Amino acid sequence: THTHSHPHTHTLTHTRSHTDIISTVEFNYSGELLATGDKGGRVVIFQHEQESKNRPHLRGEYNVYSTFQSHEPEFDYLKSLEIEEKINKIRWLPQQNAAHFLLSTNDKTIKLWKISERDKRAEGYNLKDEDGRLRDPFRITSLRVPVLMPMDLMVEASPRRIFANAHTYHINSISVNSDHETYLSADDLRINLWHLEITDRSFNIVDIKPANMEELTEVITAAECHPHQCNVFVYSSSKGTIRLCDMRAAALCDRHSKFFEEPEDPSSRSFFSEIISSISDVKFSHSGRYMMTRDYLSVKVWDLNMENRPVETYQVHEYLRSKLCSLYENDCIFDKFECCWNGGDSAIMTGSYNNFFRMFDRNTRRDITLEASRESSKPRATLKPRKVSTGGKRKKDEISVDSLDFNKKILHTAWHPKDNVIAVAATNNLYIFQDKIN
Amino acid sequence: MEVDSGAEIQDTVISPEKAEEAKLKARYPNLGNKPGGSDLLRKRLQKGQKYFDSGDYNMAKAKIKNKQLPTAAPEKTEITGDHIPTPQDLPQRKPSLVASKLAG
Repeated sequence: THTHSHPHTHTLTHTRSHTDIISTVEFNYSGELLATGDKGGRVVIFQHEQESKNRPHLRGEYNVYSTFQSHEPEFDYLKSLEIEEKINKIRWLPQQNAAHFLLSTNDKTIKLWKISERDKRAEGYNLKDEDGRLRDPFRITSLRVPVLMPMDLMVEASPRRIFANAHTYHINSISVNSDHETYLSADDLRINLWHLEITDRSFNIVDIKPANMEELTEVITAAECHPHQCNVFVYSSSKGTIRLCDMRAAALCDRHSKFFEEPEDPSSRSFFSEIISSISDVKFSHSGRYMMTRDYLSVKVWDLNMENRPVETYQVHEYLRSKLCSLYENDCIFDKFECCWNGGDSAIMTGSYNNFFRMFDRNTRRDITLEASRESSKPRATLKPRKVSTGGKRKKDEISVDSLDFNKKILHTAWHPKDNVIAVAATNNLYIFQDKIN
Repeated sequence: MEVDSGAEIQDTVISPEKAEEAKLKARYPNLGNKPGGSDLLRKRLQKGQKYFDSGDYNMAKAKIKNKQLPTAAPEKTEITGDHIPTPQDLPQRKPSLVASKLAG
């Protein structure tokens, strides 16, 4: 692996602090907006400002555009179940008018939010004063037409739809369909298809709940709609398999159209094999030809036309294989890392521990490890590549595996759909890195 | 020492994963052999389960309106009778499995 002369030099533009741990990060379709959700049920949306005239060599910054409370904690008394307000996923809808729409979900309820701008206010009403007090109608001697006057920009978020009571288990994924009318939501055992306009009904399209729960062997871990084919979606499992389903084939897609699984060498099987093969994220490429899966130690790229093995495998932190015992004891082995593609599908990114994140160039096969932390990144300075030493001798500037901080996990990252701008969530800090233009 | 030309040299290197497995089994001999099996998954599905009885809670609140509410003991599993759990006393949510997966 080469850590020098990486094609992209990344600079930290700025960081933002959340009160709570960030639980999801997502750019909208144009990349103008960046939404983050946190453990406290809040959503913070950042907007890309136009380039400043003083510093034309830098792309504009992302500043807070809107903040709102999306979900509240709830208690289901009937089932003695505490429902966290943590936002598991945010997905944007494609923009159709001046307002922006996004779906946000916690474990049980999905909400459609409308984010709209108000920069004009009507003044000169006939029946009320400027401060809102009603005028005496008998004192009105003339009529006037109210005029729209500019006002300070106000960004309002309002819940337009609430999709509730459709999931017995915990929602792990939502995905907007390419038809822009429907979306799917997946929990541990079921996947439902919704129409964005209809909240009191949803279609169950996958149900893997066994008749006898004692026979439960795998759960659904992630699901996504195909970016172009509105009848196709995939879902991944805790056993490291991916199923592609075609909604034209049947109403209930329990039988898959394609089944993706990498053959395993039975002699290398261990207690940990199944746990580390569990897929924590699945993402289609923008082209729709490939999909990427993240398991505990690696990222795999699959060609949708080849079910028996991935076409590319990237090791994220192979050095952890000899630490699996302690990672099992401290629960880290169950951490769910996400992964993402860049706009051109030529690079992929995923997080690791110690606030490290990894980027892989699919063409050159080069990879880089970077760190998202205040200590190591000064604003507008180039990020220095990091290296974890695996052998006996630790070189200068390398970090040994035993010094890694496993509490500093980067689970959520996002890549701008067009530009080389990335958003990295490190616990409750959001880092935005951009390419130097020169 | 003479080595028989036909003898194989034992490969004593085991995979790091198997070494870690041996370490785990040494620490927890009662660990079952089906790690990804139904036990682990069912505990995952039960995330968020909190045994709070709203009936007990409301009755106790009504009974001792003027007295100081006794706080729940650190051992949260023993919530019966005089023990009045309050929503504030409910244990902090753990992101991972509720019960120890290492318990037999």
